[in-house]
Amino acid sequence: MEPSDIQNIAHLARIDINASVAEETATSINDVLKLVDQLKSVDTEGVTPMAHPLDAIQRLRADEVSEHDVRDKFLGIAPETEDGLYLVPKVID
Amino acid sequence: MEWETVIGLEIHVQLATNSKIFSGSSTAFGAAPNTQASAIDLAMPGTLPVVNAQAYKFATMFGLAIDAEINKHSVFERKNYFYPDLPKGYQTTQLEKPIVVGGHVDIRVGEEEKRIRVHHAHLEEDAGKSLHEDYHGMSGIDLNRAGTPLIEVVTEPDMRSGEEAVAFARKLHSVVTSLGICDGEMSQGSMRFDVNISIRPKGEQKLGTRTETKNLNSFRFMERCIEQEIERQIDLLESGGSVVQETRLYDGDTHSARSMRSKEEANDYRYFPCPDLLPVVIDEAYISDIRQQLPELPSARQTRFETDYKLSSYDAELLSTDLNTANFFEAATEQCGDPKLTANWIMGEVSARLNANDTHIGDAPISAADLAQLIARIKDGTISNKIAKTVFDALWNKEGDVDRIIEAKGLKQVSDSGTLEKIVDEVIANNAQQVENYRNAPAEKRPKMLGFFVGQSMKLSKGQANPQQLNKILQEKLEK
Amino acid sequence: MHQLTITEQIKKLKDKTFSSVELTQHYLARIKKYDSELNSFISVTEDAALEQAQSADQALAAGDETPLLGIPIAHKDIFCTDGTPTTCGSKMLENFVPPYDATVVENYRRAGAVMLGKTNMDEFAMGSSNETSFFGPVRNPWAKDCVPGGSSGGSAAAVAALLTPAATATDTGGSIRQPAALCGVTGIKPTYGRVSRWGMIAFASSLDQGGIIARTAEDAALMLNTMASVDPKDSTNIPKDVPDYSASLNNRVNGMRIGVPKEYFSDGLHPGTASAVQEAIGTYEKLGAKISEISLPNTSLAVPAYYVIAPAECSANLSRFDGVRYGHRCENPKNLEDLYKRSRGEGFGEEVKRRILVGTYALSAGYYDAYYHKAQQVRRLIKNDFDAAFEGVDIVLGPTAPSPAFAFGAKGADPVAMYLEDIFTIAANLAGLPGMSIPCGLVDDKPVGLQLIGKHFDEARILNAAHCFQRETDFHSLTPKDIN
Repeated sequence: MEPSDIQNIAHLARIDINASVAEETATSINDVLKLVDQLKSVDTEGVTPMAHPLDAIQRLRADEVSEHDVRDKFLGIAPETEDGLYLVPKVID
Repeated sequence: MEWETVIGLEIHVQLATNSKIFSGSSTAFGAAPNTQASAIDLAMPGTLPVVNAQAYKFATMFGLAIDAEINKHSVFERKNYFYPDLPKGYQTTQLEKPIVVGGHVDIRVGEEEKRIRVHHAHLEEDAGKSLHEDYHGMSGIDLNRAGTPLIEVVTEPDMRSGEEAVAFARKLHSVVTSLGICDGEMSQGSMRFDVNISIRPKGEQKLGTRTETKNLNSFRFMERCIEQEIERQIDLLESGGSVVQETRLYDGDTHSARSMRSKEEANDYRYFPCPDLLPVVIDEAYISDIRQQLPELPSARQTRFETDYKLSSYDAELLSTDLNTANFFEAATEQCGDPKLTANWIMGEVSARLNANDTHIGDAPISAADLAQLIARIKDGTISNKIAKTVFDALWNKEGDVDRIIEAKGLKQVSDSGTLEKIVDEVIANNAQQVENYRNAPAEKRPKMLGFFVGQSMKLSKGQANPQQLNKILQEKLEK
Repeated sequence: MHQLTITEQIKKLKDKTFSSVELTQHYLARIKKYDSELNSFISVTEDAALEQAQSADQALAAGDETPLLGIPIAHKDIFCTDGTPTTCGSKMLENFVPPYDATVVENYRRAGAVMLGKTNMDEFAMGSSNETSFFGPVRNPWAKDCVPGGSSGGSAAAVAALLTPAATATDTGGSIRQPAALCGVTGIKPTYGRVSRWGMIAFASSLDQGGIIARTAEDAALMLNTMASVDPKDSTNIPKDVPDYSASLNNRVNGMRIGVPKEYFSDGLHPGTASAVQEAIGTYEKLGAKISEISLPNTSLAVPAYYVIAPAECSANLSRFDGVRYGHRCENPKNLEDLYKRSRGEGFGEEVKRRILVGTYALSAGYYDAYYHKAQQVRRLIKNDFDAAFEGVDIVLGPTAPSPAFAFGAKGADPVAMYLEDIFTIAANLAGLPGMSIPCGLVDDKPVGLQLIGKHFDEARILNAAHCFQRETDFHSLTPKDIN
């Protein structure tokens, strides 16, 4: 992974990576990738991937309204709000 | 060159559940901003989703209604992207194992029947809304809608014109409202259409570069918008240019679409199975139980209308497609006992008035009982067809019930021979020349000339004269 | 008072030897005395604790039988606490005060426990040394120039220094067991799905599991009785009745089949650790257990598989920290993208960013199959190893960590050196199995941990095995030399 790849990935993850540390970041990520590259040599032909440790199935919830309006509590811990809305820099569609 | 249009649709259908797909928040429309956004909907740290059983049932009902396969093992995945109306930074949706696979919807355009194939339909959560009113140069985020259950229906590129696309959209609307899984309120965004359009030279097999126009939520403007886009693409190609693959956003205010800036960069959504949710596993018993409970679908209803009410297949289709219209028709028919007359009124006056007011039958000021009463009064001779239209106007303006309107406005049909004779005498007296002409005319020309006297007499009776009787008296008196 | 086990404290509260207020004050005083140096707490909730203790005393006087009534405990700062800051060891949540409780917190509140405060941890539970905490590293009470392990280093150090009788913790790849080993205390990570994850800030959802750090298996069992529950708010929580873990503690170990994986005694294992673990195996043999060597052939693949799966899940789990609804928001964002990138760039520490980036990469177009899909397949191979082993044995025994506590900065530059700290613990998370660490010796005056791994939902058996070991040995009652 090159420092330029790091910037692409950092953009996808919306994380600001200062150009001065990009190289260092790339090096340490490459160390991690070297570790996980051990997986490539494993024969996994026909092995079903395992997303959950237990073979459990999803429970379904009854369709009932159980939440009440606690807007003020939540808005109270938000960085910037107005008129009951969360504010962000202008959204451009 | 002759061009062929290829259209595929992606339709977001909001499911009519009480609560959200992964939380117990209400899904009611129109609440004050963020009052229906719980800790889960806001993606507060440590919160977790639990799947709404009703959303699953509704999706299954949809699958069965379009003859699709129901996946007995479906999996929710995360679709990762950052947007302020998406609190978790990913949308929980289905990709590899959606609940509904395949299926089809049959449409009719003119005399032609056509089968539109559905690729799949998956369950997912809706996003919140960004409000673009200016808050000192910032946007406001309302997350009430975040987490509302949706099924996204993805068709094959089987449509060849805007007309077909609209026919499909209407039919789909009919199916989901008949099933009762969606309220069908287009203006509230309950159904939103994304249209993929491409153009190719007729006979070419390879698909052209497509554009996606997002967010259409009106049948009326859908066709126009598609035609505009087809025209834009043909113009581009014919002037030696090429179509750029892009996402276009439909603007309901200007009724036009423009390229979306936020979608310019290619997205890498990094889908993977959501580790907070387990696979949903259902069995044959679950499916057959739902199959047995399925309400009547539009096509079955059309057949029933043809048999039970002896309607033409054209009329039956018009009346059965929209569930509200169908219910209105059946209720009115049951009360007045005349399906044909009821059908004519609904397809005539009622639908003209609805179109003129840009509303639909659910919001009409006239009820099925009103219409039935009106028809009953025509049938029992209290009012004429013509006067019925006046009564209808008054009903529409909420001036009271049928009998009260007839009474208050004195619209009762006049069948009393004495009164009618007096009217006829007056007309004859006032139009000596015309009477003269009539009497001198040969017998075969007379029926046509009679119209003049009927008109004059009707006018004099303020339209209330019983037309059959009036005719009879006029003929007698003029022949003298 | 602080030398007593929780079982003993409950007795003394009931017979009024001391009150809950006295007990709570006692621990608060110890925290004041020792924690400015140890840094095991991020916040101490003194006033609320005394209030809770007071009402516990009233309830005790009224004869209330609630199980943990008046017992002070601490929560890892990853569990959301209504009205009390919950930081997850991160600048991102430095000022975050959740308006809701985690299910675990609620369970303890209902059981009458008194919350002393919130314990320090590696940022978002990512680390094995507590050095990634935004609130500074925790010192190991046994050797203050050494790390306490991580990520639940604060909970382990606080229990080791007798600043709380027990503390909640979480374990994604060893975050309960490894710090328990390094701090000479008892830690249990239950089966995945046994403890509700609601309100527990997610690192890697399919691996995270809440558990307990206490001084003894007996206390751990008592604490787990309250912690474990069936929670409809967590889809991955398994709706299975919670047994009384205290009831089976004294079952005989005679005849228990214990498997020792040969792969856990590789070259990388510290010789002192190896011999302490061998001695512990000898103790079990003396107790009548049947010891046999087993093989878990895919052991070396656990760390690589984990460092794909955990970062992948975390890359999505941590997307919600975007500076919009709560948490750190950068100053004067130029536009939306700037808001995201700087809020997250400033709010997350280096290790968290590294894992988000690795996870983003592993899921990105073109790499999904080679990394994520492959890792999920290897995960099954690892689980299959255990399934095969458990056909012949009841529990698996081995070292918890490859070596005793190491010095601060010793595994600095290369992240992989740190990742290998969890080489023996990660497999239990991948397979969802319950695991424990109990003290089994000292090397250079630093504790060594013995790991016990059980079958799914077989917590009772490993607690039973641990308790029987602790009846025979006194490693669990040793305390660091300058802690009184």
